Amino acid sequence: MTLLALQRETLGHGGRTVLSGVSLTLSPGERVVLLGRSGAGKSTLLGAVHGQLAPRLRVALVPQDNALVPQLSVLRNTMMGRLDDHGALYNLRALIRPPAAARAGVAALLDTLGLLADIDRPVGQLSGGQKQRVALARAFWRGGALLIGDEPVSAVDERQAQGLLDELRARFDTSLLALHDVAMARAFATRLVGIGRGAIVFDAPPAEVSDADIAALYTR
Amino acid sequence: MPISPRSIPARRIPGGATALPRARVVTLFVALALLALPFADLSLGGHDPWAALARMGQGFLRPDFGAVERIGRAIWLTVAFACCGVALGAGAGLAMAPFYHLRAVRWLCIALRSVHELFWALMLMQVMGISPLTGVLAIALPYMGIFAKVFSEQLDEADQRPTEVLPRTDPLSRFLWARAPLALGAMKHYTLYRLECGLRASAVLGFVGLPTLGFQLDSFFRVGDYGAASAIMICYVALIASIRVWLRPALVLPWLVASIVTLALIKSPPMGPGALMRFVTQDIVPSPLRDGWDGAALLGWLGDIAAHEALPGLFATLVVAQIALILTGALAFAGFGLIVPRVTSRMGRMAGHMSLVVLRSFPEYMLAYLFLQILGPSMLPAILALALHNGAIIAHLLGREGETLVPQLRADAPRGLSVWGWELAPRLFGPFLALCLYRWEIILRETAVMGLLGIATLGFFVDSALAELRLDRAVVLLIATGLMTAGIDALSRWLRRGTGAGLRGAIRDDCC
Repeated sequence: MTLLALQRETLGHGGRTVLSGVSLTLSPGERVVLLGRSGAGKSTLLGAVHGQLAPRLRVALVPQDNALVPQLSVLRNTMMGRLDDHGALYNLRALIRPPAAARAGVAALLDTLGLLADIDRPVGQLSGGQKQRVALARAFWRGGALLIGDEPVSAVDERQAQGLLDELRARFDTSLLALHDVAMARAFATRLVGIGRGAIVFDAPPAEVSDADIAALYTR
Repeated sequence: MPISPRSIPARRIPGGATALPRARVVTLFVALALLALPFADLSLGGHDPWAALARMGQGFLRPDFGAVERIGRAIWLTVAFACCGVALGAGAGLAMAPFYHLRAVRWLCIALRSVHELFWALMLMQVMGISPLTGVLAIALPYMGIFAKVFSEQLDEADQRPTEVLPRTDPLSRFLWARAPLALGAMKHYTLYRLECGLRASAVLGFVGLPTLGFQLDSFFRVGDYGAASAIMICYVALIASIRVWLRPALVLPWLVASIVTLALIKSPPMGPGALMRFVTQDIVPSPLRDGWDGAALLGWLGDIAAHEALPGLFATLVVAQIALILTGALAFAGFGLIVPRVTSRMGRMAGHMSLVVLRSFPEYMLAYLFLQILGPSMLPAILALALHNGAIIAHLLGREGETLVPQLRADAPRGLSVWGWELAPRLFGPFLALCLYRWEIILRETAVMGLLGIATLGFFVDSALAELRLDRAVVLLIATGLMTAGIDALSRWLRRGTGAGLRGAIRDDCC
């Protein structure tokens, strides 16, 4: 069973083609990492996949720009991952006074991400790395069949990034990420997808992708 | 649902390539004002301004705080009406803001805000008499139209990304969790600023009989008690100038509660029963229709109002407003350097700030009232009042922009008049033009209402119709006034877009 099958699709936004002839499959249990220069079209592809899957699967999303609400606390930003599970009145009450159960659950999650001390701070006061971890916390709190992440660990240091990816792997069977750290991508992925010159250049398990293949993506 | 980074909606930046040359727009407006000049009655009306000025000057130099009780009560009631009116307006505006894109809501808001507070007060008095509710609603009704518009713009201009990544969520949760928090800071700031405008509006409501500052000022003037008038004006300027001190977010609730209690305790003469019904079903029904439908009579009636009241009033309003607009622009452009470092010395800047604050604090209507006492009845007091007040506001806003520009100038930039002419004036010309175009609509609104002081603008005819208890005619004239305001607003927006003269949100919002 595959979750997703794109066949020879043309992707873009605003009438501008970014990627053409895109074919991509995603099966449960796979961890697919997209590689490519910035501007190559990774975000476009992630957006297209999210657009296809979100209506029928529970998808957790970590967008590149985090998309947090700076005025709200870490706790409430994290809780936002589950707003669609409840009705408007419940959410209104929760906004004014988060339920104890949600607070306890989020606190446990934030503890593993090293953010427990900041649970009641407005997100606007946090550093870039902390904000990115809040965006991850929101996706983790949401849970689901699949996590789609656009450079989800780009703003934290390498050791922390490794820990976060391990946590991600433990929580989600299936994931589709864009990463820029090649070593980290090799260690994490079950499949690497290279994007360059407006198309998918390779799509294979890490062992079958050579360093030269990857280097070719990043040279003009 | 796009997850690619989406930028915050771009605002127009002044100075880009534009369809309408700015110089041509300015020339056109100057030409219009010159054309209007021969029609303007700028005479001194046989008045000897120096004698009046001397009498007043003597009184003003010796402020008399003897009537402290009456002054204190007028000031406190001014604050109370402003707090209640603005709070009600902001609350209703907030409730309408998410629906502002619906045409019905938008048009309702345009209609509400195109009628001046004083006109609202005059109409509401026909139904409720001089009661506290009349004053509160006179402020709240136009303000809710303004709040709805500004709040909805602030919501649109806030970062949209958090709501875009939200999974399918009901609209209320989406609004409260991912939209409202982002705009809340801007909304709070705007509401507090708007209270300052509300204080001016509240003071002016006194001139039509509500127990606020204008009423007390008017009664001191009538008996020639210039010392007491001086005292009350000093208190008023101090109140507005110190607004940042006494109006803090934490104090908003206590002020509001105190205001509500004060207004609730005012006893007002009861209106006869059925006043509202009579107003709606008889008074405002066009007189030819009161005994059944008669299309021909209605047309004749409307034609009569148009020929003898609406069009002459409109013409006089435009004559005054266009001349005042050019004078406003000239004062603002020449004057904004007064408060900018590197242009003016520290002492000069202090004096500049002082005079701008005083001119800003006094509403156009109140200034016109003062000038009328000195210069006698003509269009001159109105033009001067409009130009000084609006010029001071634009100069203040431009000067603040200039303050932020000065540190960015190259180290060897000139000083004084040279830096004003070579560095600041060219950079600020776009915002200057935009601000003048914004104030154009406001100047027209205020000009129309100055008719209540006896100048032959639209308000004069509204006032006469009300005095003759012909409310149906008053309503037609108010609709004409509203259409004029809304039309000028649309024209101003078109010109601003055409000349690319845009403004940052923050300075635009500070423009009441």
